[in-house]
Amino acid sequence: MRIAVLVKQVPATEDVKIDNKKGTLIREKSEVETNPTDLTAISQAVRIKKTIGKGEVVAISMGPSSAIKTLREALSLGCDKAFLISDRIFAGSDTLATAKVLSRALQQLGPFKIILAGNKSSDGETGQVGPSVAMQLGLCFTTYVTSIEKVTDDFIVIRRLTETEYERIKLKLPALLTVTKQVCEPDLPSLRNKIRALELKIPILRATDLGIADSEVGLKGSPTKVMKIFRPKIFRKGKIIKVGNVRKAVKEILLFLEKQGVSSQW
Amino acid sequence: MVKQEHTDSIWILCEIKEGRIIEASYETISRAVLLSRKKKAKLCALALGYNIERRDLQGLIEMGIDEVYYSDDVRFAHSLPDDYVQITISVLKKHKPDIFIAAATTFGRTVMPAIAAGLNTGLTADCTDLDIDCKKGLMIQVRPAIGGNIMAVIETPLHRPQMATVRTNLVSLPNRTPNRRGKIKRINFFSSKNSEPCSEWLDSTKIGSKMPLDKAEIVVAGGRGLRKAENFSLIRKLADELGAAVAASRAAVDMGWVDYHHQVGLSGKTVTPRVYIAIGISGAVQHLAGISSAKSIVAINKDPSANIFKIADLGIVGDLFEIVPKLLQEIRKAKGRKR
Repeated sequence: MRIAVLVKQVPATEDVKIDNKKGTLIREKSEVETNPTDLTAISQAVRIKKTIGKGEVVAISMGPSSAIKTLREALSLGCDKAFLISDRIFAGSDTLATAKVLSRALQQLGPFKIILAGNKSSDGETGQVGPSVAMQLGLCFTTYVTSIEKVTDDFIVIRRLTETEYERIKLKLPALLTVTKQVCEPDLPSLRNKIRALELKIPILRATDLGIADSEVGLKGSPTKVMKIFRPKIFRKGKIIKVGNVRKAVKEILLFLEKQGVSSQW
Repeated sequence: MVKQEHTDSIWILCEIKEGRIIEASYETISRAVLLSRKKKAKLCALALGYNIERRDLQGLIEMGIDEVYYSDDVRFAHSLPDDYVQITISVLKKHKPDIFIAAATTFGRTVMPAIAAGLNTGLTADCTDLDIDCKKGLMIQVRPAIGGNIMAVIETPLHRPQMATVRTNLVSLPNRTPNRRGKIKRINFFSSKNSEPCSEWLDSTKIGSKMPLDKAEIVVAGGRGLRKAENFSLIRKLADELGAAVAASRAAVDMGWVDYHHQVGLSGKTVTPRVYIAIGISGAVQHLAGISSAKSIVAINKDPSANIFKIADLGIVGDLFEIVPKLLQEIRKAKGRKR
C-alpha cells in the first residue's frame, strides 16, 4: 500500500512585527519547524504501513528549499521517500493554488491508496488545503480524524471529532484524511532512520516538472488577495492587584464575583 | 467561476443536525443580512438535510432570507461530504451567487474548501468580520493569522462566488419579522453518477459534557501555569463549585492535561461568558482572541507582565497554588452560611 503524507514547514514563532509602511510582515527570527500536526500524520502513516505489512510512505512538502529539513525529519521518522515541490512561482499561493500544486504532485507521484495530512497548519490555520486537494483529485475524504480503527486494502474506518460527538466513518480507498494530534503520539526517530535520512536524496520537483503554468499559481493564480494586515486591539482597562496577602486576593475575587452576580446563585 | 457570469445574490449554507438548523447558521444569517443591506442584494439559503423541521425553514424567511432552497433526503442524514459537496456545487453553478458563506464549524470547514475547489474560487477561513467595500462592491473578509497576532483583510476580486467561513459565537442571532414573505423551494436533482457514496457513517458517541463551553455563563480556565496534569483538578474543582464550564489554553491541551473540546482561543472555541476566570494563563494573543467577547475577565497569574492582565478586569498577581485553594475554601464557606 502506498501512502502519501503532506507536510508543511512553518515558522517556529508567533512573534511577528508589521512593517507599517509596506503593510507586510517582518519575521523576527527565521526559525522554522515541521507543523506539529503533520508530525502526527507522518507517524500515523508509518504505523498504517506497519499494520498492513507492506508498501511505502512518501512525504511531500511544498515550500522553499529550507523545507528539505522538514522532509529529512519525515524520513528520520520512517518515511521511505520524500519529495520537495518548490518553485519561485509558487510563492504567494493561497489555499486553492497550493492545493492545485499538491494535487498535481500527488498525481505525478501516485497512485496512492491513502493520503494523510495534519488537519491544519500552525501558521495559516485554515485547514482548507486537505479538502481542496481531495476535491481536485476527486477523492473520498474526511477531516478531524482522532483515531484509525481499521485499514484494509479497500477501506479504512476512522473516528473523528465534531463539536458534539465522535463519529465513526468508513471510507473506500483511495481516500484523503486530515488528522488531529489525538490520532497518535508522534514517534521518535530511530538512529537507523536518522542516518538513512541524511543519505537519501530528496528530489525537487519544479513547476515545469508538474506541467504547472505561472497563471495557475502564486499571487496570479490565487483567487483571494490579502489587501492589508493590521494588529488586533483586544485590550481593556482593568484593576490589577499585586498580592502579598492571599486572603486579600481571595476577598477581591469574591467581591468581583458578587458584583457580577455569580454568588447570588449560591 | 469567473466574474461576469454571476448574479447579485448572497447565499448562506444552513447546517442541519438531526433535522434542525444549528444556531451557528443563524449567526451566519445575521452577518449576511448586514451584507445584503449594503449591497441591496437578494438573500438565499441552502438547506440540505434529512427530516428537516419545516418551521425552521419558515423561520429562515422571518430572519431575512428571501429564498430558501432545500432538499430533504436520507443521503444528507449524516453530513458526509460526498453528495453534499456535489449537489451544493451544482446548485451554485446554476444560481451563480456573488457571495456564499457558512459557519466555521467542523462541517463548514470540511465541505466549504471542497465546494470552493469544485467552483475554482477563493475561500477565506474562519473570518471574524465580513463587510462590503461599497466602492468595489466586494466582500471584505477579515481573519486572524499567525496565532491571532495579525489580522488580515482579504478580498476575492475576480472569482465567484466570494466564499468565506465565519467564526461562530461572535454575533447575536437575527431578529425575526413574523409573517415576512419569501419563497421556499425544493431542489430537484437527478441522482448523480456517484450514486453509491464513497463514505459511510457507522455510529456516533455524544461527548459527555456537563456544561457546554460556548453557552456557559461562567468559565474557569487553566493554562501552562498549572505545571502538571494532576494540578488541573484545581480548575475542575473551582468550576464545580461555581457551576462553571471548564476551559483550557492551547498549551494545556497540547500537554494532554485536558481534552481538545475544552480549548479556548483561535484554534479552539470562542466563549462569551459573564465571567471568565483565567488561571495560570499567560494570555497569548491566540488565547485572548477566544475570550475578548467575555463580559468580564478575572486573571490569576504570578507574572506581573503577563499579557492576560492587559485584558483582565480584575488581575491578581500571585501564586495560583496559594490563591485557588483558599478561594475554594472561602466559596464553600460562603455556601455553607447560606444553607
